[in-house]
Amino acid sequence: MIWNETKECMSRDEMSCLQSARLVKTVDRVYHNVPYYRNKMQQAGLEPGDIKGIEDINKLPYTTKDDLRETYPFGLFAVPMSEIVRTHASSGTTGKATVVGYTRRDIDIWKECVARAFTQAGITREDRMQIAYGYGLFTGGLGAHYGAENLGAMVVPMSTGNTKKLVTMMEDFDVTAIACTPSYLIHIAEVLKETNQLDKIKLKTAVCGAEPWTDNMRKQIEADLGIHAFDIYGLSEVMGPGVACDCIHHKGLHVYEDHFLPEIIDPTTLQPVGEDVTGELVFTTLTKEGLPLIRYRTKDLTSINYGKCECGRTLARINRFKGRSDDMLIIRGVNVFPSQIEAALLEMNGTTPHYMMIVDRQGSLDSLEIQVEVEERFFSDEIRELENLSKQIGHVIQNAIGLAAKIKLVEPRTLERSEGKAKHVIDKRTLV
Amino acid sequence: MYIKQLSVFIENREGRLDDVLEILKTNNINIISLSLADTADYGMLRLIVNTSARALEALKNNGFSASLTDVTVVRMPHKIGQLQELASLLCKADINIEYMYSISIGQDDACIVFKTSGKIEQFADQFKKDGVEFVTQNDIAAMVK
Ligand SMILES: [Zn+2]
Repeated sequence: MIWNETKECMSRDEMSCLQSARLVKTVDRVYHNVPYYRNKMQQAGLEPGDIKGIEDINKLPYTTKDDLRETYPFGLFAVPMSEIVRTHASSGTTGKATVVGYTRRDIDIWKECVARAFTQAGITREDRMQIAYGYGLFTGGLGAHYGAENLGAMVVPMSTGNTKKLVTMMEDFDVTAIACTPSYLIHIAEVLKETNQLDKIKLKTAVCGAEPWTDNMRKQIEADLGIHAFDIYGLSEVMGPGVACDCIHHKGLHVYEDHFLPEIIDPTTLQPVGEDVTGELVFTTLTKEGLPLIRYRTKDLTSINYGKCECGRTLARINRFKGRSDDMLIIRGVNVFPSQIEAALLEMNGTTPHYMMIVDRQGSLDSLEIQVEVEERFFSDEIRELENLSKQIGHVIQNAIGLAAKIKLVEPRTLERSEGKAKHVIDKRTLV
Repeated sequence: MYIKQLSVFIENREGRLDDVLEILKTNNINIISLSLADTADYGMLRLIVNTSARALEALKNNGFSASLTDVTVVRMPHKIGQLQELASLLCKADINIEYMYSISIGQDDACIVFKTSGKIEQFADQFKKDGVEFVTQNDIAAMVK
């Protein structure tokens, strides 16, 4: 099923045409309504008339999270405040929160995009869907909620924090679909296993996002729960969940390009890179009224492909994320992403993703310890077997990241579980 | 032929052994013998208890990684050279001992617990002829008054 066939299956020419018309309007609007953007454009020697279509995108300056912080809270809003019907804010781990605002039309488009994403995942009005993202300032809960309602599914607004109640209702309500973070879904699967409810639930579909996960993690979730799992992408600055989502063929996430113009750039030279080349993902919003963004740098590393998908959609697809430049750790001068550790662990047969990276510094040398929970499936009563397991993990990780790590086996359920974003890193190094 | 040994993975953290013993006590489980193999980070606690299935369940319910392992237990008199005789029988049968420990039960005899790499049952009759006395699960249960 395709929610909006006209938009999701249009030819590349039609799409470029639509994007160009919308880009020209957006640029014109921010130039006239947002002094901050006007200044930036003037400094670059640009006038709205210089942007005639998407082929001129490279003339425009980039926007970053710093721009949002500098104009905190509402400085980049492009409509009178009376037009704003909703705000969300992202928790600022460093410095101020970033605030986003939506007009009524922005909310309509958001729920359209999420409905497209959920339809892409096979969800229909017959489904009963638990929304298990946090509700509140975080865009996950309300974003998924409005989309599921728009689609016509029966929504169970669980939010996060009470897994026991969630699994009880999952069984009692015959819940068939869930939206949550992948790490929370793994936690839910564990609880279902513990309570012997796995064969009593009717779950068919999960749409997971808000944190990076690997294809292997998806396959494991699918096998453990006997469901189909899909990857939904979004970021609050651009809109929230529903900017892109993968389809049953899992060959990249379809970007709702009629609303968000994607670009991939080299993060060092800031120049666009070609199709299928990995770089930083950049978005320009094409229809947003409240907070239009011009060439917003997401810090997410991925590549893009414009080929038509087997599912029939012509929407460009972005690849599974290679990591976030924000999450990147530099250990002994090597760039390490937690997602690489995750992928390596999952490639080993039967290893689950419960691990913790502990980075420390002894003298002037960085040390990396990876704690891995010894779960039943690779339990052995022989020390030699356990030592072999440690060695094997160490080997696989060294191959993946090019660094030797100390592997420490720990008891099951001793590493911190999160119901929001997964915590897999403890960095004890104090920067001098 | 085999006895079920309870094997528990424990981290080298303060109080973990105590936690295991506490759980066994609360569940009214009697420990007949135990051995602890340890490395820098973790240990493997191996126990012979009166009711291994119930002990396993109790530990799992408390989040421990534990399993039941097949081990062989033989009874032998307290006489010099007995253990050597057993070792040599196993050696001749080309059976490796992964680990072993003992159960001391009385003045006159003792029991040896061991895990072997190969299957021991095919040699069971021969060993019995050679005077090896295998201890059964019922014998274990009877060791508890
Ligand atoms: Zn597709």
